[in-house]
Amino acid sequence: MGRPQKPAKDGVGTLDLLILSRLAKGSIHGYGIADFINGVSDALHVDEGSLYPALHRLESQGLVQSEWGASENNRRARFYKLTPRGRRQITAEISNWRSIVDAVNRAIEPLKS
Amino acid sequence: MIFKQWWLDIRARLAAVFRRREIYERADEELQFHLAMMEQRLIESGMSANDARVLARRQLGNTTRIKEQTLGAWRYTFMDTLIRDLGYAVRMLRKNVSFSITAVLTLALGVGATTAIFSVVYSVLIKPLPYPNPDELVRIRHSDINGERASSETMYLTYRDENRTLASIGLWHETSATLTDGGKPELVRALRVTDGTLQALGVQPIRGRWFTNEEYGPASEGAEPVILSNAFWQRRFGGDETALGRAVSMEVPRGARARPLAGQWRVVGIMPPDFRFLDRTPQPDVIVAMRLDPAEERINSFSYDALARLAPGVTAAEARADLERILPIWLDAWPIAPGGSTKEAIANWRITPIVHPLKDDLVGGVASTLWVLMSAIGAVLLVACANIANLMLVRADARRQEFAVRAALGAAPARIARELLVESLVLGLAGSMLGLGLAYVGVHTLVAIGPSNLPRLEEIAVHPPVLAFTVAASLVSTLLFGSITALKHALHIDMPQIGSPRSSTASRERNATRSALVVVQVSLALALIVGAALMIRTFQALRNVDPGFSVPARIQTAGISIPFTLVSDTDQVARVAKMASLQREILDTIAAVPGVASVGFANDLPMGSGSWNGPVLVEGKTIAATETPPSRRWNFILPGYFDAMGTRMIAGRDINWSDIEAGGRVAVISEDFARELATEPAAALGRRIRLSFDQPGWDEVVGVVQRVHQDGLFEAVPSMVYWPLRTSNRLFGRLDGAFVIRSERAGTASLMNEVRQAVRSVNGTIPMTLEGTMKDLYASSLARTSFTLVMLAIAGVMALVLGVIGIYGVLAYVVSQRTREIGIRLALGEGPERLQRRFLLHGLALSGVGAVVGLIGAMAFGRSLSSMLFGVGSLDPIAYIAAFGITISAAALASYLPARRAATIDPLETLKGE
Repeated sequence: MGRPQKPAKDGVGTLDLLILSRLAKGSIHGYGIADFINGVSDALHVDEGSLYPALHRLESQGLVQSEWGASENNRRARFYKLTPRGRRQITAEISNWRSIVDAVNRAIEPLKS
Repeated sequence: MIFKQWWLDIRARLAAVFRRREIYERADEELQFHLAMMEQRLIESGMSANDARVLARRQLGNTTRIKEQTLGAWRYTFMDTLIRDLGYAVRMLRKNVSFSITAVLTLALGVGATTAIFSVVYSVLIKPLPYPNPDELVRIRHSDINGERASSETMYLTYRDENRTLASIGLWHETSATLTDGGKPELVRALRVTDGTLQALGVQPIRGRWFTNEEYGPASEGAEPVILSNAFWQRRFGGDETALGRAVSMEVPRGARARPLAGQWRVVGIMPPDFRFLDRTPQPDVIVAMRLDPAEERINSFSYDALARLAPGVTAAEARADLERILPIWLDAWPIAPGGSTKEAIANWRITPIVHPLKDDLVGGVASTLWVLMSAIGAVLLVACANIANLMLVRADARRQEFAVRAALGAAPARIARELLVESLVLGLAGSMLGLGLAYVGVHTLVAIGPSNLPRLEEIAVHPPVLAFTVAASLVSTLLFGSITALKHALHIDMPQIGSPRSSTASRERNATRSALVVVQVSLALALIVGAALMIRTFQALRNVDPGFSVPARIQTAGISIPFTLVSDTDQVARVAKMASLQREILDTIAAVPGVASVGFANDLPMGSGSWNGPVLVEGKTIAATETPPSRRWNFILPGYFDAMGTRMIAGRDINWSDIEAGGRVAVISEDFARELATEPAAALGRRIRLSFDQPGWDEVVGVVQRVHQDGLFEAVPSMVYWPLRTSNRLFGRLDGAFVIRSERAGTASLMNEVRQAVRSVNGTIPMTLEGTMKDLYASSLARTSFTLVMLAIAGVMALVLGVIGIYGVLAYVVSQRTREIGIRLALGEGPERLQRRFLLHGLALSGVGAVVGLIGAMAFGRSLSSMLFGVGSLDPIAYIAAFGITISAAALASYLPARRAATIDPLETLKGE
């Protein structure tokens, strides 16, 4: 029950980057983040089972912070925003992403016609 | 700003542990919101409310599992960062092995030594006595114009019947009894108690019972009851359950004025294994009832110790007043013994009761010693902590560049601070655990080498409260010093620019802190070494005291107790003759053993257990009926005692066998008694003395001997009278005592065997204990002094070693800091010897300041030792000069190495390195 488990990252580890980059645009609640990610393209989808554990993990690591607020329709929701450390983390995540992309490209190079 | 970050960090870390429910509820509420939003979206796209809700719920999935996973996310971070911090800390400490080892060892020494000593202090001084409600237990003594006075049977009886403040009161007395069961006679320690003593202590036997009222009353027919100690029951009866009710053959002496009680004793009780009677060493093997017949008791015997339990709510002062009120009743109620002091005289003694808490009484003497040691060790712990602080400051400085780089790369200061703290914690834990191991070893060693007359010695162990305290103290101090550096970095103090030349002002400020710490260390070390030096001088002075016997290593002692049945005779003359011939035979047989130069016998040996005393009349000195002659110490001896002991005869001669055969009306007195009687000791010969309540007839003084330290080297020399061992209808001289055998072979097993055989050849029923030599008794009288000395010396040496490390560390760092500057100087032609000398002087100056500051502390410490000093004052110049010398030389040694390193710096290397 509640073993300290490393929460599964999404695919190639992009969930953190996606969450952080949405929050870079401004603070929002969890549903809004899910909306954003799902809305970028049909190729991207996040399910709630991964999103909320990821959000909590980011908060426990000090990259985001959260507080209660009122949503557009006046419901109580937990709003997330970036911390300075989280802002710095985005750079690290971007370079990580870039190196993954480069690696995959190099791997499939011989297959490109 | 930085603190907010820290605060969030800590909260996050602890959330997994403490805020489980909160996280659960928050996740729940977030998911509810999410669900509501999903429903709303579905309704807006045309679904019915019910269908929307069902669909949304299905899409969301297992909310319980999601909540579990969010909790898991928090836990993961907590564990992850903790493990990572620990791993990092361990790696950093492994990289700087010398620093880590030094810090850990320093802390271990401090923790270990403090815990060990505090364990002793706690067990002996602070822990309550092992009896129920021990604060209610008191010891009762008396004092009068002649000095201290023990209690008497009649006093006890009156106190018992008349008091209003005591729950119970009783007398006790220790003696050696002879167990003659099963052929081989054995000497055992017996405790004689009156009604009330065992009840006061309140420890019930685990088998059987206490004595009944009848068993404390006048003598009756049948076997006498005896209670066994648990250890004796195991030893003699193998822990056999059927021992209860069994009869043993035993003879128990009953003081100097009654015949020993011999016959069958029935075992009626067995004490529990952890029962201790006060602090007696050795503990009694058997307990017997002191029978009192009120019809037979008389005033004029004051030979027993008394203890009592206060009634609930009563103070010792109230009990004292109560007893004082009873004393006149006592004096009135009992008849005086024939030949004893009159009631008027006794009234003039102005006897007053003294009532002390039992614990104070048992440990009082050692309290000052132990507190002194405690403060000494506390000082060492302080020094150790100062050392660690220094080490940490030095290391933090060395890593300044590393921290600066990391800060530039974006590491939060909070992160660095946290790492430093974790490092300190790891160090603290490692040091504390090692210290614990040292403490256990230390306590065992202390108990082994400790003076056997240290009260409650057997109760000393490493106690949990002590352990917890010391570990906590060391962790706190480590964290304190660790966090000084952590805070400095977190608060951006002292962050240099990368690559800039090292700022000299900042380093001077850091040096000031470190130098101050070194000064503290040196001053504490000096105080301890002064203490050790004073104790050494005390020890020397004690060794130079003439104890009254010579070459104690060559005097074998053998305890013996002649069974009364061997000499019992109703005819007094026959009894004397029988005893004399038996004693003489034994003496001659022992003297015939090869290697024996001379043999003697006495009831009480110097520095052994106490001896009898009482007033002694001198012929020609009239004493008014209301006065009492001064009290003297008595000893009963046989011819040859002084010769065997090596006690010098100053005038006259020893007692001899013809004296004894003629009735033994002679005596030998000590030098100071002789000088009271006449200006020259020789002129005291021929004077006549007697015990004030002995039968009529005087004893002639035939010899005067040198003064003997009967009570130990520290105590005053009592004025003594030596009578020949004899029997009279009032005074025995006891049948137990010790042979003293002067021989080159003293202390060897072969000599002891031969002596045993010799005695057995005379009579097989006489038990002997061959303890050791006079040297052992002599050493044990020095025991407390030597123990204190050893402890202080250890503390002083430890403090000095730590101080040396401290000085070395500071100087080495200064040298390494100024390497560039030194290289330049050397390149410009400054002589290396001059450079070396300058650093040496720097080190010496530091320690000089420390020593001068320490002088004040040393004087105060010396003062606190004054009760333990002998032959030296607390400001003894030799001790101070020696201590000073040792400290300064140690400092010089510590400064020498870094100074030499400075001188051997290669200027080319340093300049190239820039």
